[in-house]
Order: sequence, then C-alpha cells, then structure tokens
Amino acid sequence: MVELQGIPVSPGVAIGPALVLDADGYQIPRSVVPADQADQEYARLQSAVDAVSARLETSRLETAAVAGEHTGDIFAAQLQMLHDPRLHAELRRRINTEYLTAAYSVNRVLHNYAAALRQLSNPFLADRAEDVLDIEKQLLRELGAVKRGPMSDLSEPVIVLSHVLTPSETANLDRRYVRGFATETGGAGGHTAIVAKGLELPAVVGIGPFLDSVGAGDQVIVDGDRGRVIINPDATTLKHYEQRIKQRNSLSARLAELRDLPAETADGVRIRLNANIEFPHETSAAIERGADGIGLYRTEFLYLSSEQEPSEEDHYQAYSQVVREMCGRPVVIRTLDLGADKMGHRPLVEQEHNPFLGLRSIRLSLRNLDLFRPQLRAVLRAAVHGDVRVMFPLITTIAELRQARMLLNLVAEDLKDEGIPYRGDIPVGMMVEVPAAVVMLENFVREVDFLSIGTNDLAQYTLAVDRSNEYVADLYQSSDPAVLRLIARCVEVADNAHTSLAVCGEMSSMPARALLLLGMGVRNLSVPPSSLPRVKKAIRSVSINQCQEIAARVMKLEAARDVDMYLLDRLGDLVPELVVT
Amino acid sequence: MSTDASLTRTVVVRNAEGLHARPADLLVRMASKYQAEIRIGKNSEWVDCKSILSLLTLGAAQGTELSVTADGIDAADAIDSITALFEAGFDDTSEK
Repeated sequence: MVELQGIPVSPGVAIGPALVLDADGYQIPRSVVPADQADQEYARLQSAVDAVSARLETSRLETAAVAGEHTGDIFAAQLQMLHDPRLHAELRRRINTEYLTAAYSVNRVLHNYAAALRQLSNPFLADRAEDVLDIEKQLLRELGAVKRGPMSDLSEPVIVLSHVLTPSETANLDRRYVRGFATETGGAGGHTAIVAKGLELPAVVGIGPFLDSVGAGDQVIVDGDRGRVIINPDATTLKHYEQRIKQRNSLSARLAELRDLPAETADGVRIRLNANIEFPHETSAAIERGADGIGLYRTEFLYLSSEQEPSEEDHYQAYSQVVREMCGRPVVIRTLDLGADKMGHRPLVEQEHNPFLGLRSIRLSLRNLDLFRPQLRAVLRAAVHGDVRVMFPLITTIAELRQARMLLNLVAEDLKDEGIPYRGDIPVGMMVEVPAAVVMLENFVREVDFLSIGTNDLAQYTLAVDRSNEYVADLYQSSDPAVLRLIARCVEVADNAHTSLAVCGEMSSMPARALLLLGMGVRNLSVPPSSLPRVKKAIRSVSINQCQEIAARVMKLEAARDVDMYLLDRLGDLVPELVVT
Repeated sequence: MSTDASLTRTVVVRNAEGLHARPADLLVRMASKYQAEIRIGKNSEWVDCKSILSLLTLGAAQGTELSVTADGIDAADAIDSITALFEAGFDDTSEK
C-alpha cells in the first residue's frame, strides 16, 4: 500500500483500477516536406487549427452548461492563443521557407512558448504553459502525429492517473467510465481543478512524482475530500473507504425514498420545493426527485449553445417541452440573464470595463427588443400548454419593470392580431437581486405577482464582490448578515402585500441555510435537481418553531463565519444524517 | 516608425496577478480593434500587442512599467484605450 498526499480539488471518493497516462514529452522527429508541397502542408495545419478551434468552442459551451459560464471561459483564452497572429507567422515561416512538417513546427514553436512561460517567476503566468501544451497536444493529434489517448475508447471504470491533465482533457473525460483522477502537477487554482469540481469528479492534484510507483490496473483510491491517493490499499483501508462510499450511497437511497412525500415540516407546514433547471432534459430529474414545479428555468443555454441566435421557434420548442413534461405543475421561465460580453451572435457593445455592472440581463433585453420580443412571444405561446409564469431578472428600477411588462402586453396584442394561440394573463414576477430593488420593494410588490430572491447576485451586489474573482471570493458569502437582513426585509414586505416570495439562489440548496430561510419566513424554495432530496430531508426533519429559533439566533450574529458555524452545528443536531463526516 | 503618427506612453501593470491570461486576452481584443501597429515593451524587449502568447511571455508582474507605442492612423485612439485598460487594472482581475 502506498499513501500519497496531494491537494484536494474536488470532493468525493472514487475506487477503481488505475489508468496511467503516458508522460507528456512527445518526440516528433525533425522531418521536411518536398518544397512544392509546403503550401499543402500549411493548409493541412490550418484545417487542424479549425478543428481544434471548433473543439475548444464546444468544450467552452459544454463546460459552461454543466459548470457555469466562468468555468467555460477558461477555454476563451486558449482560443485566443490558438489564433495568435505571431504563432501563425512563425509556423508559416517554418513550413513555407524551411519546409518543415506541420507537426514538427507545431511541436517546436509551442514548446518554445511553453518553455518561455515556465521560466517566468510569476506562478500565474508560469501555469499558462499548461494551456499552451494543451493546444500543442490537440494540434498534434489532429495532424495525426500522436495517437489519440487511451481514454478515447474506455469500456470499464477507471481512475485516471497522469503527470498533468489539461483543462480540455478534463472536460472531455468520459464520465461513464472515469470515476476520478489524480495528477502529479497542478494546484487548487488551476483550470483543471475548477473544471473537475464543476463536473463533480473526485480529484486530487499536485501530488508530485508518483507515477513510477503505479502499474496499470493497480487498485487506486482517490479521496477528494482529504487530498489523499492510495495505491493498492490494504484490506482495512479498502474496507474503510468502501464503507464511506456505501454511506454516501445509502444516504442517497434513503433520500430517494422521500420522493413521493411532501416537503412538509414535522409540524405540518407545507413548503413549496421547486427545481432550478437550465436544459429541457433536466425536467425528468426534477420530476423523479419530486419537485413541486420548476422555480427557475434559465433560458441562457438557448443563446449559448448554438452558432446562431435562437429563433422564436427555438424558444417555443424548448419551453413547450418543459411545460408539457411538468404536466400542469408551475414553470417559472426567467428571461435572458446574460451580459453583452456573452452574446457571441452579434456585437452589442464595445468591450465593457465592468460587465457585472454593465449592460446585462434585463437591461440588455430592453435595449435589444428584436432579441427580447421573440423570447416573450415564445413564453406566451408555450403558456397554452400549462402553468407558465414569466420572471424578469436583475430588475433595479420601477421603470425597467414597467417597460418589460409593457412589452409583454404589446407582444400579446401582436399574437392576438396574428391569430396565434397564446395566453396573455400569465403571472409576472421579478428577481430580487439588487439592493436597490430591496429598498424599493414596497413599490415593486404592487406591480408584480411574485418575487424570487436570487441570493447569488444579491450577495454579490450587496457585498461589492465579484464572485468569480478569486482574490475576493472569500468575502462573498450568502450567509453574510447584511445579505440576511435584506432577505428578512423582503419577507416582511412580501408578507404584508400577500405576494408570493421564493428563494432560488445557491443559498436555498444548502440544507442548513434552507432551515434558516424557513425560520425567516420563506415558504418557497427552488434548488438544483441534485439538491432536492437533501433539502427535502432537512425540511421534514424540523419544526417551524426550531427554524424560527435558529433565525432569531442567527440574526444576532455579526459575521458570515459565525453564521455558518452555528448553522452547521444546528444541522448536526437536527438532521445528523446530512452532515458529511 | 513614422514620426507624426507614432506615439509612446508608459503604463503600469496594476492588477495583482500581473499580465496573465485574462488581462492579456482583453488587451489583444482591444488592440485588434485598431489598424495601428501596437507594440509593448519591457526594458529593451518589445512584443506585438495583438499576440497573446508574446504578451504572456513578457512576464509582466504587478508593478511592472511597460512602454506602449502605436503607429498608424488610429494610433492616438489606440494608445488611449490601452492606457485606460491598464489604469483600470483590467477591472476584473479574476482568473476566469
């Protein structure tokens, strides 16, 4: 048994046979092409560049869909590198004037860049060598100079062990067979780590040289919670880890049994528990796990996952599918919530200095009515098939809300004139994500049918922290007392006005924070399908009285850290099964 | 470089992690909007501002002083936008 310590970057435990990947150093022989074939060789390189470019774009979109936009953006800088004019000039020179093969030129030129980056004293820059080598490897594969890796035709479960795993390799791991991975290099802030976490694949990186001590097929345990990797574990260790996996699984199984039971507290208060989804196919997961409805249907994927701007018909088809599959259960469709920086279909603005404070979300929609109108028409048309509600994101001023509502009415009139089936009387709601909206909430509740608090953005805008910025990410806490006070105020205003209020951010998906929200008076939560069982378990394990005690105590605390520690403590008392040991 | 349309200015890298992937990506996108030839240099080492790989290999950490020159009909606008980008510390300094 060999025990190794590395950096835990993605939680969970995986056990399986090792798949050891070869070390990275390619030996591409120096070879030349006949002078009259140089142009053809350069053309071959260009098609390889096009193919890799398309693949990186797909990685970006797929990763963004599974793990969020920012994680997907990792591939944007790589695309920029791939199209670097200096790189192309240099490759062209080597092929056209020195008659070197495309593969050899790629190998030399990109290795030189990677070596230059590695030498830099700044670790952030030195890490970019990883991105350059990633591009090199992909180009070489495309040119047929190196074989496709052993990972392209897996047929049984494996644990991937490698010197380095590039971000694209990580994004493209075959999730059906790869249980987890461990690498010699890498750090917590590396792109590979971020992608692994997004994909929920147990992973340990930065172990240092260890591949020499592993043989193909050796049994390996990857403990992504503690950063440990064990090669050929002894019987006791193996049993211990199998036990841990079993515990995780049996908890999942017990939680699955809750499926058909209502999300009701021990003292019989019914909580609406909805699912957040991004893709139509997620409705089945939502239904299987017993969601009361779709509390947040994010429509951004329609704009991100296609080369062309989605048509009204594209919107309509996607929405109708979700609405039909939910069989009469409510579906809240949120209109486009993207920034101008993410709209690849057409240039909407010059580069923004501060995209999070810029032309995004409802602001973008209201400035581009030809973009917004087809979406609203599709929502009203899909409403014929079930209980559809529409929600506008990032509403900051009353004027924005009125403009959006007015446009909805205009669109309804158009549909009527055109004789197209639609429903014009659907409930209209807004996301509460900006402190200004909380301050003015008394005015807003008079003009909307429902409210939903987006705790991620509300925390970001309240605390003035860009949550994607690793330097300040630790300041971003949805459990910050300032954020909690804003939520408490929303509940009060909504109750007084008898307006329905939901919480649909990340906060509601964490069982301990969900209990706090119940204590604060929230009765409607919307969480990712994967979190439904745990949150339902938490709800069914407590009384409202207990939740109120939690809230009363929390509202006296001064720091997010204190709140989290107290909540974890209480969760341990009230729902011990959910506390991961 | 022709004298009338060529401009030079000094900028300082403000963002904590230096001129790495995301700031360099922004810089290239900004520079590529202009026709002018834009070069950026540290000591005697000059690189093309429209090439992300060259920018990264400059290894400009926080606090580094860089010279920017632009040469071409829109050189003045180019140099203004690029200086503004540096002054704002590329705004969002996060690694995305």
